[in-house]
Amino acid sequence: MSGGTPEGPGPDLGSGGEPAGAVEFHERQEAVGRDVRTEEMVFNMGPQHPATHGVLRVAVKTDGEYVRALQPHVGNIHRCAEKIGESVAFYQWIPYLDRMDYLAAMCNEHIGCMAIERLGGIEVPERAEYIRVIVAEIQRILSHLMAIGVYGLDLGAFTPFLHQFRERERGMDLLDHLSGGRLLYHYVRIGGVKRDFSQDWLDELEAFLSSVETRLPEYNTLLLHNRIFQARTFDVGIIDPAMAAAWGVTGPGLRAAGVDWDLRRDAPYSIYDRFDFEVPVGHSGIGGQVGDCFQRHWVRVREVEESLKIIRQALAQMPEGPVMGRVPKGFKPPAGEVYMRGENPRGELAVYMVSAGKSDKAWRARCRGPSFSNIACITEVAEGMLIADLVALIGSMDIVLGEVDR
Amino acid sequence: MQFWLDELRTSVDWIGALPAGFVYTIGIVVVCKIVLVYASLLAGETVWLERRISGRMQARIGPNRVGPQGLLQFLADGVKLLAKEDIIPATADKPIFLAAPIIVFVGAFAAFAVLPFGDGLVAADMNVGLFVILSLTSIEVVGIIMAGWASNSKWAVLGAMREVAQMISYELPLGISALSIVILAGTMNLTDIVHQQEGPIWNWYVFRGPFAFASFFIFFTAALAALKRAPFDLPEAESELVAGFHTEYTGFRFAVFFLAEYAAMILFAILTSVLFLGGWSPGFPVDLSEGLARWAGALILFLKTIFLLGVMIWIRWSLPRFRIDRVMYLCYKVLLPLSVVCAVGIALQVLFAITGLGTDSAFGRWLGGM
Repeated sequence: MSGGTPEGPGPDLGSGGEPAGAVEFHERQEAVGRDVRTEEMVFNMGPQHPATHGVLRVAVKTDGEYVRALQPHVGNIHRCAEKIGESVAFYQWIPYLDRMDYLAAMCNEHIGCMAIERLGGIEVPERAEYIRVIVAEIQRILSHLMAIGVYGLDLGAFTPFLHQFRERERGMDLLDHLSGGRLLYHYVRIGGVKRDFSQDWLDELEAFLSSVETRLPEYNTLLLHNRIFQARTFDVGIIDPAMAAAWGVTGPGLRAAGVDWDLRRDAPYSIYDRFDFEVPVGHSGIGGQVGDCFQRHWVRVREVEESLKIIRQALAQMPEGPVMGRVPKGFKPPAGEVYMRGENPRGELAVYMVSAGKSDKAWRARCRGPSFSNIACITEVAEGMLIADLVALIGSMDIVLGEVDR
Repeated sequence: MQFWLDELRTSVDWIGALPAGFVYTIGIVVVCKIVLVYASLLAGETVWLERRISGRMQARIGPNRVGPQGLLQFLADGVKLLAKEDIIPATADKPIFLAAPIIVFVGAFAAFAVLPFGDGLVAADMNVGLFVILSLTSIEVVGIIMAGWASNSKWAVLGAMREVAQMISYELPLGISALSIVILAGTMNLTDIVHQQEGPIWNWYVFRGPFAFASFFIFFTAALAALKRAPFDLPEAESELVAGFHTEYTGFRFAVFFLAEYAAMILFAILTSVLFLGGWSPGFPVDLSEGLARWAGALILFLKTIFLLGVMIWIRWSLPRFRIDRVMYLCYKVLLPLSVVCAVGIALQVLFAITGLGTDSAFGRWLGGM
C-alpha cells in the first residue's frame, strides 16, 4: 500500500489492488491507446489524380479504406466562360461553348446557337436542322464511347479504353473533315451550319456507323458482361429518383435512376420530334439495382445504339436545300431573354441569355451545365463506400471538368 | 551446381589442384552472377513481351525501335530511369525508404537460387527448395510494406495496407495448393518433383486427377495475387491509389521495384511449370544423349515459362480490377476451402495408392490409380 494513487479517474482495481500496480496499469492502458488508436485520415484526391477526370479535387475523409465524408472542390480551370459571353458578340461566344464541355462540343454549339436564334428570331433551313442533329448525335456517340472506355480504365481495365479510341478516332476524323477541327469545331453557326455534307463524307459516315455497330458488342464483352466489372458496379453508388431530383442530376444518371426523361423526346427541340427512338431507362431486369453504377454504364451503351438509329433516320429523311439561313449583318437581337435547354451527352445543358437590345453582345449569359449538378451529388452518395467504389462512382457520373468549372 | 564443379575439378587439372573450398567459393560467386544476370535479362525481356502483347491486344504496335523488334527496349528504359533525379521525400523515413527496394529486390531474386532452369541447371539443389522459394517470396512483401510506410504518403500507406491484407489472404491457398503437390511427390526438391513427372504427358501433376487439376488453377490464381498482377493489382491500383506503395519512388529505385515485379513473374511461371506442367519434361518419351536432353529440356521449360507469362499478360490486359473485399472473399471463401479439399483429396489419393486401401471400392481404385 505504498506509493501514491494515480491522478484523475483511473480503472477500478478493487480493494486489493496495489496502487503502484494501478499506475502501471494506467500507463499500459494509455500506451495501448497510443499504439492502436485509429484515426480518420483526410485524402486530397486530385487535382492530380488519375481517376478524377481532369482537375477535380475531392477532399475525402476516410476511416481505413472507407469514405466517411467527402467534399468536391471545383474551380481549378474556371475560365470565365459566362462572363466572356457578355463581353463578346453573340457569334463569337459559340467557340467558348465548345470549350466548356470539350467532349460534347457539337451539342453545346447546337444548344447555344438555338438560344441565340430564338432570341433574334432567326429561321434555320430544314437541311441545316438535319445536319445539326446528325453531328450532335455523332458527338453523343463519341462522348459515350469515351465515357465507356474511361470507365473501364477507372476500374482497372486498360484495353477497352484504347479500343474505343480506335472508333473515336474515326469519328473525330469525320468531324475534322467536316469542320476542320478534331475536338472543337465551331461548325454550327447562328442561322445554320458552316458547310454541307459531301458524298465522300457520307460514305465515311456510313463506314463509321457500321464500325461502331460491330465494335460495341466487343466492348460489352470486355466490360458490361464481365463478371468482375459487374461485381465492381452492381449496387454501388445508388442514386434514387428523389436524390436525383434534389441534386439536379440529369442525363444518363437520371435515366439510370428509373426516371423516364429525355429532353429530346419530352421537350423536343430542333427536329427531334421527327425521329423514332427509345429512351433507355434503368430497370432491375438488367442486373444490379436501379440507379447504380452498372445501370448508368448500361444506359450509355444503349444510348449509343439509339443515336445510331437517329442518325440513320435523319440521313434518310434529309431534304435538299441551303444550309445557312438569312442572318442580318451586325446581328443585334431585340431586347428579351431566352432559356434554351437541350440534352447534352451528360445531361441537361441550358443556355440563358438576356439581350438589352441595340447591342451585339448579351447583357447576361449563363449556362446550366449537367456535369456541375451531377458531381455535386457524390457528397451524399459516397458516404460509407470504399475508395475503390468512390472511383467507380465518379467515373460513372462521367463528368467533364471544363464544364463543371466553366 | 556441386555436380558441375566436381566435374570441372576432375576434368581440368589445374582446377583440381586448387583447394576444394576455394573452387566452391569462386563457383558460388560465378553461378550467382550468372543466375542474377540471366534472371535480370529475362525480367527485362518480359517487360518487352508484355508491352508487345498488350500492344497487339490494344490495336497498337508497342515498342519496336530499340534493337531488333524492340528487344533492347528495357536497356533504353533502364538508362532513362538511371538518368532521372533520385528524389527522397523530405518527410520520408530515410533508412527504411532506402532499404525497401533492396529488400524487394533480394526477395524476388534470391529465390532464383533454388529454382531449376533445367535438369541439373540449378544453383542450389535443395531438399526444401519449394519451401525456400515460398518463404523468400514472402520477404518481398515486407519490403513493400516498408516502402509504403516510409514514403510518408497517404496513397503509399493505403497501398501497403492493401498489400498486407492481400498477402495474408493469398498465402494460404498458395501454400496449401503447393502442399498438395508435395504430398503427391513426397518431396520438396524441385528437381525430384520434375523427375517424377517425366514420361508421357499424363504424368504431369496437373493431369493426376481432378484434385491436382483444381490445385493448378488455385495455385495460378493465388500466384497472380502474389504477383500483384491484374486483376489483383490492388496495392498499386493506378486509378485508385495513384501508384500505390511506389508512388514516391523515382529513378532507379522505381526501376528496382519494377524489375523485381517482373522477376517474380518469371519465378512463379517457372515454379508453376515445374510443379504442375512437368518442368523440362516434353510430355512424351524422348531418346536423346544426356547432355543434349539437358539443354533441350531447358528450352522446353523456357517455352512453358513464356507460355505462362503470356497467360498472365493476357489476363492482365483483359480484366478489370477486383475490389479489396472481393479479393478477400475469393481467397478466404473460395480458394482456401477448395485448396483444402484438394489437399485432402490428394492425400487420400496417395494413401490409397501406397497402402492399397480402398481397392475394394470402385472409387478407391479410381482415386488410387491416378
